Amino acid sequence: MSAVKPAAAHPDEHHEPPRGITRWLYATNHKDIGTMYLVFGTLMLFVGGLLAELIRSELMTPAMRVLSPEAYNQVITVHGLVMVFAAVMPLTAGLANYLIPLMIGAPDMALPRLNNWGFWLLPPAAILLVLPWGLKLFGIGTGTIDTGWTMYAPLSTQSGPGADFAFVAVLLLGLSSTMASINILVTILNQRAPGMTLMQVPLFAWSWVITALLLIAVFPALMAGSIMQITDRHFGTHFFSAAGGGDPVLWEHIFWFFGHPEVYILLLPTAGVLPHVLSTFARKPVYGYEAQVYSFWAIGLMSIVVWAHHMFTSGMPAAANIYFMLSTMAISIPVAVLFFCWFGTLWRGSMTFETPMLFALGYIVLFGIGGLTGLVLSDAAADQQYHNTYFLVAHFHYALFGGPVMGLFAAIYYYLPKMTGRMFSERLGRWHFWLTIIAFNVVFMPQFLLGIAGMPRRIPDYALQFAPLNMVSSLGAFVLGATQLLFLYNVLQTVFGRSGAKASDRVWEGAQGLEFTLPSPPPFHTFSTPPVIE
Amino acid sequence: MSGEKVQLWRRLAAAAAFVSPARAPARAFYNFQRPVTPIAHDVLFIHDLFLVIIAVLFTCGLGALLYSTIAHSRRRNPHPATFSQPVGRKQWLWVSVPFATLLIIDYVVLGIPALHSILALADTSNAQMTVKVTAHQWHWQYQYPVYGIGFSSNLSTPQAQIADRAPKDKHFLLEVDHPLVLPTHEKIRLILASTDVIHAFWVPSFGIKQDVVPGYLRETWVDIDKPGTYRGQCAELCGVGHAFMPIVVVAKSPADFRQWVSQEQSREAAVRATATETLTQAQLMARGQAVYLKNCAACHQANGMGLTGAFPPIATGHPFNASPQMLAALKSLGFYANGLIAEGPVAKHIRIVLHGIPGTPMPSWSSLSAVDVAAVITFERNAFGNHTGEVIEPAQVVAAESAH
Repeated sequence: MSAVKPAAAHPDEHHEPPRGITRWLYATNHKDIGTMYLVFGTLMLFVGGLLAELIRSELMTPAMRVLSPEAYNQVITVHGLVMVFAAVMPLTAGLANYLIPLMIGAPDMALPRLNNWGFWLLPPAAILLVLPWGLKLFGIGTGTIDTGWTMYAPLSTQSGPGADFAFVAVLLLGLSSTMASINILVTILNQRAPGMTLMQVPLFAWSWVITALLLIAVFPALMAGSIMQITDRHFGTHFFSAAGGGDPVLWEHIFWFFGHPEVYILLLPTAGVLPHVLSTFARKPVYGYEAQVYSFWAIGLMSIVVWAHHMFTSGMPAAANIYFMLSTMAISIPVAVLFFCWFGTLWRGSMTFETPMLFALGYIVLFGIGGLTGLVLSDAAADQQYHNTYFLVAHFHYALFGGPVMGLFAAIYYYLPKMTGRMFSERLGRWHFWLTIIAFNVVFMPQFLLGIAGMPRRIPDYALQFAPLNMVSSLGAFVLGATQLLFLYNVLQTVFGRSGAKASDRVWEGAQGLEFTLPSPPPFHTFSTPPVIE
Repeated sequence: MSGEKVQLWRRLAAAAAFVSPARAPARAFYNFQRPVTPIAHDVLFIHDLFLVIIAVLFTCGLGALLYSTIAHSRRRNPHPATFSQPVGRKQWLWVSVPFATLLIIDYVVLGIPALHSILALADTSNAQMTVKVTAHQWHWQYQYPVYGIGFSSNLSTPQAQIADRAPKDKHFLLEVDHPLVLPTHEKIRLILASTDVIHAFWVPSFGIKQDVVPGYLRETWVDIDKPGTYRGQCAELCGVGHAFMPIVVVAKSPADFRQWVSQEQSREAAVRATATETLTQAQLMARGQAVYLKNCAACHQANGMGLTGAFPPIATGHPFNASPQMLAALKSLGFYANGLIAEGPVAKHIRIVLHGIPGTPMPSWSSLSAVDVAAVITFERNAFGNHTGEVIEPAQVVAAESAH
């Protein structure tokens, strides 16, 4: 690229980003990599959303109409894997890459080339998940993995070649996440502006400290498990095969040892963004900063020792069920501390309700429902009735859409003007919020009732008494899906349309933090000279 | 938990019922199914209690949030406060109240009834009868060791209804050919095993859901307090037939149950007697077609063409591709050559139906009677364009069974 001058010869002229595709392929700049994560995550959010619409189309009425049972199982599996690994995690990692150096006054991430590799492992992983569908069109294989995102053995051992693609994808995702986590951790620990103590680090960065530690602690377990699955499938090992002396429940333990902390890996980064947004629009300092930091730690540590509450019906002894129930209930305390601090931040503030604030408030309400129903599910006795029903499906969508996805919308609307230098359409943003929160409840509130009435999850066809509520849920899902196009339009219009008002440096009247001392959009290189922290 | 405490909880629950939708007089389509076992009663009680508690917590939270957004909007409160943490002992005490309340809710209000029912659920001792439940892809098999009877239970909803070509029955997808029959007012221990993947035995009215894990014997128990028909489903994803393996339990009074047992014993004896009969090809074909459609068509399809990549066709001469493991097994048994499905030897055919093909989804069908096995093999070898003309008699199957 001719535009790039050799940095060594003209060190002080190296201010502009390189042009063309190599800017992105060779990217080491945290804003470029952050942007790529955000674009990739948004794209995959729509891929996962499209799969969700397929699921709801099939479930709209009893009888098999849209998908075959084989295809249905594949669609629900890839919906889960894509949303968790390819949509929400990259979006939170994108925010981390873009924002953390700006928030702590660092010139870039600590390990820029590792950062590049961490991102570029993601697209191949996503392709591996959907490629088997493409191969099937040419008569190769049976489509993609069809076991549900939990990939329980020995169903996974029976599954077609799509399962191999998925396990390799998990390995790539694990490498990517682990590298990104190490990078974020090193950046926060070593690259802070001189004078910024750990207890002055903004809460979003703190939430990522815990997220990164969790990822480093638990993802290797899933990667090891995936390798065991692959060797079971191809090299005659019997880790999970009872016929060979192995144990199918072992996989459940490995998976949930990863899978439960994963819930908090998805949740914590947006729980970290929330106080920034609430404090800005309440024009009031964050309430209980230290309490929130300690809650993040408590949630992170506890999340590692409660995994088997996903396995209350697997046949564990009563003592194990009791332990996992009591330890799970304990997590309600630090989570309640977070809620209390969010309320404390709002209380006696001077609130206005711009789009980011609306989504932040929506987060509190929806995630509140997810949290409270989680308390219900922690009961090992009652869980006999809720487990693997639509009650569970509704619960984790309230927790994961209501939490992380609403939080991501809040964060994107909050920081978009900072990133692009333009304001988005507030009108469209409000439409997006109100349609989303109404449609979301229309989709998932009926699912609580369906679960209570006895509808199991992961079935492509169901008994007649479940028909009316499924119809409501599906209609809601179509509105919810279509609503997200407003978001896409609004973001694209802000980035490319150049019609929005120019954003000031502070963007929002009450915004605090180093990132709002920079111009909007920030130049390619920022904080080459560290800011002064009083 | 003492009896008095239980009484106290029941009274609390009765009070809760006043506001709880879960105790509406008619059990509506959005509600728990009618509980008929001690565990199910416990769980419904816990559920009602939960609903009330989380509804109160949610209302308080949402109320505070809404109040704040109205009272502390910029219009009404232009000058924001600046506090960022509790100040002074009084505020700290006040702040700790919600957390103390939550601890009590967790470990006392909800924890104690939960502990009570977890321990009750785990206690399978002193059962009056044991029934063995075996999960297969994709049907259930029930055996009553003390009575020497047992049978498979298959979905009886016709394929046409599932494909939406016929109007649906009232119990669409929740009806079987041969329900599990249990006596009321007896503690029955269920022993659960799986022959392939993880399934889960779930009947909502019984309040139990137990994963059925290959390689393990799991156990649970029921004590049904009302005669009636109770319907449930497999609750762990077990492959393409997961939605199509319902559980139907008919609970009868002990007297009716004993009567059913003797009827079932004589029915099964009659079936065993047919193993010595010699049937004509036409008889075998007719019976075989029925057995095929009921048991085999879910995978091998009603037209005998199987599913590419998963289930081999029964019709010979058709190409088939699947996992190397399955192809190798089919080849060694003589049913696959040069990429095409072949007609293997009769002895191997009988062996496959009786014992399944290890390492593939093909299960053992030893629960079928010798007549049914003979009939279905005769049918398979003379239908779908196969014309071996061979007739397999029940005696051949009995001989193969005893030779094994």
